[in-house]
Amino acid sequence: MPYPPELRELMKKVEETRPSRVNVHYPRMTPEERAQVLKEYHPDFMEEAFRPLQVGVDRGVRLPLEMADIFEADSRLLSAELDLEHPEFDVDVLVIGGGGAGAAAALEAFSLGRKVLLATKLRLGDANTMMAQGGIQAADKPQDSPAIHYLDVMGGGRFENRPELVRALVRDAPGVIAWLERMGAMFDKDEEGRMITIHGGGTSRKRMHTARDYTGAEIMRTLRDEILNRGVEYIEFCPALELLLDEKGRAAGAVLFNLETESCHVVRARTVILATGGSGRLHYQGFPTSNHYGATGDGLVIAYRAGARTAFADSIQYHPTGGAYPPQLLGLLVTEKVRSLGATPINVRGEQFVYHLETRDVEASAIIRECRRGLGVPLPTGTAVWLDSPLIELTHGQGTIERQLPAMLRQFARFGIDIRKEPMLIYPTLHYQNGGLAIDENGATTVENLYAAGEVAGGIHGRNRLMGNSLLDILVFGRRAGRHAAEKSAEIRPGRLSLEHVYRYQEELEARGLAGQRVSPVLLPRYTHGAGDK
Amino acid sequence: MSKDTKKIEIFIMGKQYLVPGELTILEAMEYAGYQLKRGCGCRAGFCGACATVYRIAGSYQLQVGLACQTKVEPGMYLAQIPFFPGRKAVFDLEKIKPTLAEFAVLYPEIFRCLGCGSCTKVCPQDLDVMQYIAHLQRGEWKEAADLSFDCVMCGLCASRCPVNIVQYNAGLAARRIYGRHVAPPDPLLAERVREIEAGNYDRDMEELMKASPERLAELYNQRDIE
Repeated sequence: MPYPPELRELMKKVEETRPSRVNVHYPRMTPEERAQVLKEYHPDFMEEAFRPLQVGVDRGVRLPLEMADIFEADSRLLSAELDLEHPEFDVDVLVIGGGGAGAAAALEAFSLGRKVLLATKLRLGDANTMMAQGGIQAADKPQDSPAIHYLDVMGGGRFENRPELVRALVRDAPGVIAWLERMGAMFDKDEEGRMITIHGGGTSRKRMHTARDYTGAEIMRTLRDEILNRGVEYIEFCPALELLLDEKGRAAGAVLFNLETESCHVVRARTVILATGGSGRLHYQGFPTSNHYGATGDGLVIAYRAGARTAFADSIQYHPTGGAYPPQLLGLLVTEKVRSLGATPINVRGEQFVYHLETRDVEASAIIRECRRGLGVPLPTGTAVWLDSPLIELTHGQGTIERQLPAMLRQFARFGIDIRKEPMLIYPTLHYQNGGLAIDENGATTVENLYAAGEVAGGIHGRNRLMGNSLLDILVFGRRAGRHAAEKSAEIRPGRLSLEHVYRYQEELEARGLAGQRVSPVLLPRYTHGAGDK
Repeated sequence: MSKDTKKIEIFIMGKQYLVPGELTILEAMEYAGYQLKRGCGCRAGFCGACATVYRIAGSYQLQVGLACQTKVEPGMYLAQIPFFPGRKAVFDLEKIKPTLAEFAVLYPEIFRCLGCGSCTKVCPQDLDVMQYIAHLQRGEWKEAADLSFDCVMCGLCASRCPVNIVQYNAGLAARRIYGRHVAPPDPLLAERVREIEAGNYDRDMEELMKASPERLAELYNQRDIE
């Protein structure tokens, strides 16, 4: 739907002020201003949207209401009849999740000669990885270093990140890019083969590596193709309903559920890697989300029932620029690369009101503040601000958007909007789970033989992740978890499989009067788009 | 969703439903009561899970789109193609050479192309699929890689190909071969990996790891920005 007349009228303000904004540097916020806008406007600071968890190893820990709901829910296996004595699959390493982290973990464990099974809820590659557009960070330029990258990550995370995880992230980064390059992933390069790198929000060096605005897709399809080429065993449309533990309380397998035939399958494994991704489809605080259909936090729940501790699970990332118009693109990601290339947020008066590359938490809060001040653009679905994409071509030259942002150009063109000539309308969207399961630098959780990698894990990004560090994180920790789980699996003699931990957790729910309200993992969201509203 | 939205008539696999006219095909299916397992992925036009074929009542013409990126239209008869059984050639990227002879072993069917253009016409990403197949026939890796790069592997091209070319898999193989064996590797990358392995940055990093949060914040706020 092209912009209607009333929005065209408002757009004139943006056009009027545009010439005066070309190449003009808007000041960054001071540390005090950043702290204040976060406290007053960031959704993570809205106390009424959180509650302390009542059961399990992290009892008393603050969680978003929607996440606490799935933690305080019944297992789907309370009355299932399963033959745990005769598992259908018997493997060294079970990887649960088929996104970037799961694929990297499976490839690594497989290359160490272990018998690997990867199980995933939807198709192999159906994950937020595929949708990550903007880029992947690595300090590989002469003016940059892993230490400078480290400082950016810590500052972005409000200095709460676990230092040893950040060290692993930044140290492994150039090696990860080299690994992808060797697998034939096509990054944007100059004539001599040097990576073209740009800024992201909160970076102090240009270290964002890109593949047009299909960076995650390029990484995911490369990993998926390599899994197929190597013959790693995988099962699609089979999420895990619960983990299985042995008599010593160590992870020892999982119960998979075939979504299509609705049958259960018991897997025994010497080590288990959870790579189930994030939870944007829980729609915290009613936000729309940029996340994949399958991002329902399943891995968090089943690991928590098995006794795994969490870290920063109450910290959620709202991406500053979710689509706000047309309604068909509501909440979908407008990649940060649009701002990396110079587009800036603009209010209804045609004024810039925030530096365009603050960290995501700050940038999102400033946009929310602008709208609450009444300076947003009114829409039937809420308020929004402009993102002045035509500025990109005024600073970098004509053709830049077509070359560097083909996905964005195509997505808006489908609905009659030409982002080369017309600004976009955006509002923060639920984008990323900053926290998750606590891990060490090898991806080990607090449950023995259970590893976690990717968005399901927490601690790397503290309370706010920088752009380009999640594509990095899934590969760094996917590979680390794959390697360690593979090595560990060689030392383990499998024990008896059990669901005792699930039954005990259920007793705890019952004791607190929380049983029988809902079931989890969620598996698939249920959308009705207003059907049934009368 | 506003309640006074005008409803339109669509037909999901031949069955009639009334749905709000501003929904995408994907949302309309959900409005109709479906909870999709297949045929739904990223919901943002990146994953190719929701290829859909449709025809508007009164027209003979078949049209296609990604269900998550296409608005419903009155009289739309639609069905999804959630899976396409196209062949993928398995290869060892390290061993394969970027020659036409080796590529022809992987995907011999590309030489059977009739030039009908069905693949290009059907592509929901508006890629010139037939043209990149033509580049592949000549071993022009860079051009083929460039033209096929935005492919979401939905499978619609292969579904319409009269000679059973699996364009999306051939394109991916070409890109990987190009990226690995033809495009020059970044010279700085290998050097930086060596420096890190030699421990050149360990001391700087340890100092930062030992710094108090106050000191770290000070360093962060004073850091120079390129």
